[in-house]
Amino acid sequence: MEKFVKITSTAVPLPIEDIDTDQIIPARFLKATTRDGFGDNLFRDWRYDNQNNPKSDFILNNPNFSGQVLVAGKNFGCGSSREHAAWAIADYGFKVVISSFFADIFKGNALNNGLLPVQVTESFLATVFEHIFADKNTQLEVDLEAQTVTIAGTGISEKFDINQYKKTCLINGYDDIDYLLNLREKIEAYEKTSKYLNLVSQDQEVEA
Amino acid sequence: MTSDKKTLFQKIWDAHVVTSIEEGPDVLYIDKHLIHEVTSPQAFAGLEKRGIGVFRPQNVLATADHNVPTKDQHLPIAEPLSRFQVDKLTENCKKFGIELYGLGHPFQGIVHVIGPELGVTLPGMTIVCGDSHTSTHGAFGTIAFGIGTSEVEQVMATQCLMQSKPKTMRINIEGELANGVLSKDIILYIISKISMGGATGYFVEYAGSAIRSLSMEARMTICNMSIEMGARGGLIAPDDITFDYIKGREFAPKGEKFEEAVAYWRTLFTDEGATFDVEYTYDAADITPMITYGTNPGMGIKITEHIPTVADLKEESGKASFEKSLAYMGFNAGDTLIDKPVNYVFIGSCTNSRIEDLRLVADFVKGKHKAPNVNAMIVPGSKQVENQAKAEGLDVILKEAGFELREPGCSACLGMNEDKVPKGEYCVSTSNRNFEGRQGPGARTMLVSPLTAAATAITGKITDVRELLNA
Repeated sequence: MEKFVKITSTAVPLPIEDIDTDQIIPARFLKATTRDGFGDNLFRDWRYDNQNNPKSDFILNNPNFSGQVLVAGKNFGCGSSREHAAWAIADYGFKVVISSFFADIFKGNALNNGLLPVQVTESFLATVFEHIFADKNTQLEVDLEAQTVTIAGTGISEKFDINQYKKTCLINGYDDIDYLLNLREKIEAYEKTSKYLNLVSQDQEVEA
Repeated sequence: MTSDKKTLFQKIWDAHVVTSIEEGPDVLYIDKHLIHEVTSPQAFAGLEKRGIGVFRPQNVLATADHNVPTKDQHLPIAEPLSRFQVDKLTENCKKFGIELYGLGHPFQGIVHVIGPELGVTLPGMTIVCGDSHTSTHGAFGTIAFGIGTSEVEQVMATQCLMQSKPKTMRINIEGELANGVLSKDIILYIISKISMGGATGYFVEYAGSAIRSLSMEARMTICNMSIEMGARGGLIAPDDITFDYIKGREFAPKGEKFEEAVAYWRTLFTDEGATFDVEYTYDAADITPMITYGTNPGMGIKITEHIPTVADLKEESGKASFEKSLAYMGFNAGDTLIDKPVNYVFIGSCTNSRIEDLRLVADFVKGKHKAPNVNAMIVPGSKQVENQAKAEGLDVILKEAGFELREPGCSACLGMNEDKVPKGEYCVSTSNRNFEGRQGPGARTMLVSPLTAAATAITGKITDVRELLNA
């Protein structure tokens, strides 16, 4: 996994609440068997009409706004568990999503792909939107080490929470599997005590 | 608060913790890992890249469901990308030694339908799957939840998952349900109260006399939609209804093992005096047939109510999203939905495609015929459900009523295959999500119970099923 420490970037504002993963990447694009190329279909049905022409009123088609930070309304990433949503956002070029609330599975998927979900307060989110809409060149500084997000040049800043284990993983570019593979002995010891494995053990012997 | 009192959730969770990471998540052992064609290929590729295999292939079970046609399943899949993805699953299962119930297998079906009906899903287990509706299995008193593909790879590699312990919520439904009100109405009612994100960060236990009275199929419908209010999962304490359902199923423990299992399963309940982070109680008598009017499952009303207005919103910040949603649906604030013409009815999905759902629908439509404007599709949850329906003659009743009985799969719930609702059309659906474009680009979905769907198919317009039941 790519390391994440700190970025400073302009941002794309998407002030819509409850953005679900079907909007981020519609199901008909989930037929791929690799992780690549999902960025082309990010927000497909908001971004293009049914003739595949870009919709001029959608923010990703607005040349004024670009950057590595996506700023979205609350409850971002709700719905389906499809990790393709995180892949699409990262593949498009975003490194951070800022919202006042994230759905659980999306948040986990993002962290597993080096895409940082930054949860801020409602009022801070409103302030960020105001600054971006007032000046498209507004820079946001996201510092994972310090756990802060700052509107550059204004002194307006907020601290954000992150699980310390996940923070360490992101800063060092580790993933969970590297960690778990080293626990093999503990896992095998657990299996000897498992009620479930004991209950189904007979069946498994018969099957074998 | 006394710490020796545990909730059902805590009992199962604690029994599966392999180790805990300081200031980090728990390492949770996963008893059964269900996989399907859409969210697994990248995980298998990840294992190959690391040069490792599947740690416990016997604890993994695969089926093809999301991306399969529901017609002519005996023929090769026509759509090349879908065929490639399904073939990839077959190839991966063979390579990694995983049992697969693919197309043509008598056990094939929607992953959350086949687990329970095969006796794979048992109380006290941990179950994960790369699908958010894995919460369905919670109906058996199981910690079951959806995961992303990186986590699918994690479980394949180690049979474990890193998870932070969620908070706990209990939702009690007390009293008796009125005639014509199904468990689907209970869960749509709950989500309309709690909102789409209201249970995010929580694991929910459903309890109360109305829940206890439900069949396993009906309980599964409730747990299935836990994710639609953001919950990590939902579960119900197992009881005699659960044990009777499990007994004799294909992979359920048999004989002495079953008795031993039941003795353990009887310890799986929330101790009196155990506390939840949040608790809600609702009166079953207040629940009526429900319907959604917007583009998330929290936007539900009683079928006879009017669509809310901006003035009814709790938060000002939600105004733009609310208006966007109504514009997409082509509705106005304050409208009533009753008598609105509907051309598409979909009965299926992991929420409502079990044999009990098909029986309810067949019983209701027997001797009636769908309205001429309606395209009514019923997609059974599994090959076993399909065969059972045929054995009971339900296929004949449904056909005579003008309903098309298809072959099993996820189908028009998410429109990955050919089963899509055309742009701008309304679809009354027993599935779980009414997101924009969920059933096809531009499709407008209204979520309902199987009875409300059947009644709407018969009249060709949105109908309060109680009026037809009482007629």
